[in-house]
Amino acid sequence: MQRFSAWSLLKQAFGSHGGWQPQWRRATPKPAYDAIVVGGGGHGLGTAYYLAAEHGLRNIALLEKSWIGGGNTGRNTTILRSNYLFDESARLYDHSLKMWRDLSQVLNYNVMYSPRGVLMLAHSVHDVQVLKRHIHANRCNGVDNEWLSPAEAKAFCPPLNIERNIRYPVMGGALQRRGGTARHDAVAWGYARAADALGVDIIENCEVTGIRRDAGGAIQGVETSLGYIASRKVGVVAAGNSSVVMGMAGVRLPLESFPLQALVSEPVKPVMPCVVMSNSIHAYVSQSDKGELVIGAGTDAYTSYTQRGALHVNMHTLAAICELFPAFRRMRMLRNWGGIVDVSPDRSPIIAKTAVPGLYVNCGWGTGGFKATPGSAHLFAWTMAHDEPHPINAPFTIERFREGLLIDEAAAAAVAH
Amino acid sequence: MSECRGKGGVLINRNLVVNFSFDGRSYSGFAGDTLASALLANGVHLLGRSFKYHRPRGLLAAGSEEPNALVTVVRGNEARSVPNLRATQVEIYAGLVAHSQNRWPSLGFDVGAVNDWLSPLFPAGFYYKTFMWPRFAWHRWYEPRIRAAAGLGRAPGGPDPDSYAQCYAHCDVLVVGAGAGGIAAALAAAGSGARVILCDENGALGGSLLDERANSQGGSDAAIWLRTALTQLAALPNLTLLPRTTAFGYFPHNMLGLCERITDHLATPAAGVPRERLWQVRAREVVLATGAIERPLVFPGNDRPGVMLASAARTYLHRYGVRVGSRVVVLAGCDAAYGVALDLHAGGIGIEAIADVRTGAHLVAPAAIAAARAEKIRVVERATVLGTSGRLRVNSVSLGVVAADGSVSNAGTLPCDALLMSGGFTPSVHLHSQSRGQLQWQADAGVFVPAAAAENERSVGAARGLEGLQQALEDGTQAGLTAAKACGLTPHAYSARIAVQEYSTRGAPGALAQPGARTPAKAFVDWQNDVTTRDLQLAMREGFYSIEHIKRYTTTGMATDQGKTSGLNALAIIAGSSARQVPEVGLTTFRMPYTPVSFGILAGYDRGDQFDPVRRTPMHACAENLGAVFEDVGMWKRAWYFPQRGEDMHQAVARECRAVRTGCGMFDASTLGKIEVVGPGAVEFMNRLYVNSWNGLAVGRSRYGVLLRDDGFVYDDGVVARLADERFHVTTTTGGAARVLGMMEDYRQTEWTDLKVWLTSTTEQWAVIAVQGPRAREVIAPLIEGCDLSAAALPHMAVARGTICGAPMLLFRVSFTGELGFEINVPADYGAAIWEAVRAAGQKYDIVPYGTEAMHVLRAEKGYIIVGQETDGTCTPDDVGLSWAIGKSKPDFVGKRSLSRPAMLASGRKQLVGLLTADPHVLLDEGAQVTATAGQVAPMKLIGHVTSSYRSEALGRSIALAMVVDGRARQGQTLYVPMPGGDLPVQVTAPVFYDPQGARLNG
Ligand SMILES: Cc1cc2nc3c(=O)[nH]c(=O)nc-3n(C[C@H](O)[C@H](O)[C@H](O)COP(=O)(O)OP(=O)(O)OC[C@H]3O[C@@H](n4cnc5c(N)ncnc54)[C@H](O)[C@@H]3O)c2cc1C
Repeated sequence: MQRFSAWSLLKQAFGSHGGWQPQWRRATPKPAYDAIVVGGGGHGLGTAYYLAAEHGLRNIALLEKSWIGGGNTGRNTTILRSNYLFDESARLYDHSLKMWRDLSQVLNYNVMYSPRGVLMLAHSVHDVQVLKRHIHANRCNGVDNEWLSPAEAKAFCPPLNIERNIRYPVMGGALQRRGGTARHDAVAWGYARAADALGVDIIENCEVTGIRRDAGGAIQGVETSLGYIASRKVGVVAAGNSSVVMGMAGVRLPLESFPLQALVSEPVKPVMPCVVMSNSIHAYVSQSDKGELVIGAGTDAYTSYTQRGALHVNMHTLAAICELFPAFRRMRMLRNWGGIVDVSPDRSPIIAKTAVPGLYVNCGWGTGGFKATPGSAHLFAWTMAHDEPHPINAPFTIERFREGLLIDEAAAAAVAH
Repeated sequence: MSECRGKGGVLINRNLVVNFSFDGRSYSGFAGDTLASALLANGVHLLGRSFKYHRPRGLLAAGSEEPNALVTVVRGNEARSVPNLRATQVEIYAGLVAHSQNRWPSLGFDVGAVNDWLSPLFPAGFYYKTFMWPRFAWHRWYEPRIRAAAGLGRAPGGPDPDSYAQCYAHCDVLVVGAGAGGIAAALAAAGSGARVILCDENGALGGSLLDERANSQGGSDAAIWLRTALTQLAALPNLTLLPRTTAFGYFPHNMLGLCERITDHLATPAAGVPRERLWQVRAREVVLATGAIERPLVFPGNDRPGVMLASAARTYLHRYGVRVGSRVVVLAGCDAAYGVALDLHAGGIGIEAIADVRTGAHLVAPAAIAAARAEKIRVVERATVLGTSGRLRVNSVSLGVVAADGSVSNAGTLPCDALLMSGGFTPSVHLHSQSRGQLQWQADAGVFVPAAAAENERSVGAARGLEGLQQALEDGTQAGLTAAKACGLTPHAYSARIAVQEYSTRGAPGALAQPGARTPAKAFVDWQNDVTTRDLQLAMREGFYSIEHIKRYTTTGMATDQGKTSGLNALAIIAGSSARQVPEVGLTTFRMPYTPVSFGILAGYDRGDQFDPVRRTPMHACAENLGAVFEDVGMWKRAWYFPQRGEDMHQAVARECRAVRTGCGMFDASTLGKIEVVGPGAVEFMNRLYVNSWNGLAVGRSRYGVLLRDDGFVYDDGVVARLADERFHVTTTTGGAARVLGMMEDYRQTEWTDLKVWLTSTTEQWAVIAVQGPRAREVIAPLIEGCDLSAAALPHMAVARGTICGAPMLLFRVSFTGELGFEINVPADYGAAIWEAVRAAGQKYDIVPYGTEAMHVLRAEKGYIIVGQETDGTCTPDDVGLSWAIGKSKPDFVGKRSLSRPAMLASGRKQLVGLLTADPHVLLDEGAQVTATAGQVAPMKLIGHVTSSYRSEALGRSIALAMVVDGRARQGQTLYVPMPGGDLPVQVTAPVFYDPQGARLNG
């Protein structure tokens, strides 16, 4: 792998950058692999990378029906945090947040992890109770999260409106300083490049259309738009399309797929120093390094596989943004898009083996899985390699819905991203 | 005003001089000018700096596709500033103040331009390759600098004082774009009786009809036709004309979003007029007459101020009488460029030469060349551009000539002060594509044109690749008639005709040929984001193959113009460099909005108090008069506590609690949700829905009901009364009212269609006054008639009808405080009067109004849960001690099956308990965690959390409720609440702290 550094950039500059090599090969499928990962989002690419880097597998294919990173990975608002309520979640997300810290160095790709702080606002007595419960639980779990008074919140985020005379005044907020953002494309490309360097075949425009099982029910391989590919280990990481792909193996998932939207403003000079989230009035905003305000909107009320949502969902979000940041009312929306999010009944993911030997699934990240990319990929690779879950993801089974062992972050906080 | 302003200009009024300022300097223009035309008229060509390299930039275009000339307009103060406006769309008014952006210290001398010198270090995607060392440096060092350098204008400096409007509209035919095709379509459709809306993003309607050269009589055929057509349009009662209105988004089922700009072009907008308005239009049929956008040419130095689209120069001349230069070189990638050269020539502008850059012989129409030569204009055929010079404005262009074998030879340098280019026109298929209509590659024209539509929609004229005004007129007419017919109307014949000289707009996208294999450094594809051909090639060299990847890696097409001028050139260059055809490379998705739309119109009226409706109870004013402090609970304002002079919250709550326990308190309980469940199926419906059994509930009795989700967890609770055999009065939590009704309707309509049952929300029909305390009966007895209040006749949980002060009343004998209690329900309109009457009657018992905080304390003393506080969506009825409520013999209810799942029955579940701190003065934090042993360090083994914590006046100490793993078995144990200052020991108790026998209820 060609090393990236300021020095290599300088060197290449003298050759008009003619010496750069492809970041990953345009691979064509071999007849068989030791392991196949279906879905070229961050989670899938990361899985392929860790399978190769940490578990010694070399003969791995990653199949992506379109272009890598083009699913939710390339569509999300990139909020990273780990201040989840339940012990199981805190462990999972904090495992990931810790990995973000040196992901750029590990991959030799600047993923721009920016721990600028995530501030979650409270607007009612109930919100305060909920956030304080998080803060206590997080502290005991070793996850940073602190309470800010309205004035402290304003000091941390100057454009925030803390006037008492608005409809739902800010009553304070929970700040996770290690939370922040990262560059979504870089995550996909960085993993792809690093995986490719370890021999992983990254095969784009290759849609999985069927899953073959042997007489004993075990996985044999996958049918794809580029033909049949054999493998005894298949990991499905297809986000909004997980139910569709798993259905090919006869596995029903307890997921609902919804369109979730986001939008950006035109770029302006720095004005938002941190990430602000308000779950009760539905506002999620940060500012990209390019200067665009990046705003997360809600999901549509109805399930759907179309990557666009309703206008009024954006309107609702922008109304909330303008209340919290009244100076932004004259800012302009530049671009709006949607992704298909895979929502589980308890809003927690599934990272697990399945009843089908050789078939593994990583899904249910819904509206908030980007932050978990490194951790999820790392644990899923472990699960695939060992054919058993890592202790951190052991609670995140499919069976928990049947057994009632939910990890219900939604019920606990109604947090979206 | 300089010599740049020539004759003519159909849009300006020379009698009205308008003074404005740009970067602190004063200029004057005419009414009708845009900021762009007015600055050009003053000889100002330098209007902006590019995003990355801070290169000096002038106007590229004359319309909404402009990528360079972005300005901030400040109206009065910083709160009214808007960044990133295209100067081409800003209409000037007296006193307009505009600033250039993204430069320091000045537009002419910008320190950021060192980036241009260092540009070899900053190719596409450079930031992914560096800034990685040391590990923390990205966030601490590099990112802040990159962020400061990036961004264009500044965000407004204060709360926006302006207002924004929103409206909905339905029409038969929505026509987008008021050029030749759109106007013809609107006239044809409206003439056939259709209700039509015609919108155009510009202030002046007419589109390219405004760009025709005037004939010897001083007008053009096109202008004359336009004048008549506009008069006709204005006279049509069934037509709504919306200038300055951009159709920005195409949504499913023919819903389009329009943004109407109402006041931005006015010097002094009338007070109270909204700045902009959002139209959400639902149209039966849509006609897209959005025209085409000229493509720039890609060659080294194509971004200097003075290098401009040819059609823009023509627009500036004909609409505003502005000359873009006096020595002009025209780069012709299509015939239309000749038309421009001839127009400028006729307008007295010196044309140095026309350099025809077409090498595909089939593209060249000899007639155009002949026409130019007839005017003695020099034409260089098979030309290319090797470079340009001029720092702040172009002053020369170096031409080359492409031989048949593709080799390029130098053809000398021409001085010029404007370099016009036309690479052909790209149909504006944005809205068609947004609607999910398909596109088709038209190889001979080098463009994508609309193919199959996904909605009732059609594109006309240039928007679908047709050439010429006359064709657009005919096409528009036809589309208007077809649309009218599709609406069930009889089309009324309509025809229009204009005689103009037409030139072909077909060109070939891509970069101009260069000598050797070398790719020039500064041949820009995307002006605003500084993306060059080299960047595109670098992306491909690095293995980025998908157009989506190349777009993201290079950021081409991602600037505020969303690639309007760059898209097709980028595609063609990518195709050419990767041996693919353009359609193989494919397009990136066209996303809304077409041009940026202010947050203000999308937020609209949802602002201030209207952000979310404020719900007030009928007794709200009474509480206000009593000095209540309110809290937000959902949309409701609820009285939180009633401080008397000098009291803080704690003192007020203590006093209120004392009154209820010793005498009498009154409480506004109107916000509780109320749903009437009525019909022959009502009992069965309730049986299936709630965990309780309702068969045995007598009329005139009530019962505490518990509702689960299908996953078996507590969803809501409330008292349910049986008012008649087939009529239940169901109460819900305040926050849960809407979702419970929604859930009920869901089951009624989709699962249990066999049941005859009707649901009605009655929350707002009733005002509810809870009167609680040992003296409660004495307080209300004198007011009530027609109902026996005695314990025998009206025991705990009984319900009766009667009157209170003559008003009809539904009286509940219920208690959420543990005291003798009544809840008086009266029709909402009587609420305030009855509240006052009860208060007056209670005076002699020292009745005290109490708020939600005291209510919380009182119920916590009794161990009554609050759904959403004790429960969090992971609690079964058993967890919170409510198993007794479950109707054991019922065959089914929502959530029943889930309750038998293994994990629901296993030990180790959290259960509701009471906690008493060792030190009675210590008040636990709500949300604090619980551990079994002291002295743990993170990550601790957490076994529970505090759900409620109060100072209990009745017990004279703090109390808390908590959910603790196997809590019921731990009673008497000491557990710990780890706090930053150390562990707090607590004793586990039963969750009922006060009157555990419940004797007081039955008083
Ligand atoms: C608008 C929006 C905002 C969000 N904001 C945040 C946020 O702020 N913070 C956060 O943490 N998370 C956020 N999320 C969620 C986050 O984006 C996702 O949880 C996460 O990116 C999922 O990554 P993934 O790799 O699992 O899925 P994806 O990136 O969606 O990858 C799945 C891939 O599978 C491919 N695929 C599907 N079917 C097949 C098939 N049959 N064959 C081959 N390939 C197939 C798809 O093409 C896709 O590329 C947001 C999501 C959206 C849509």
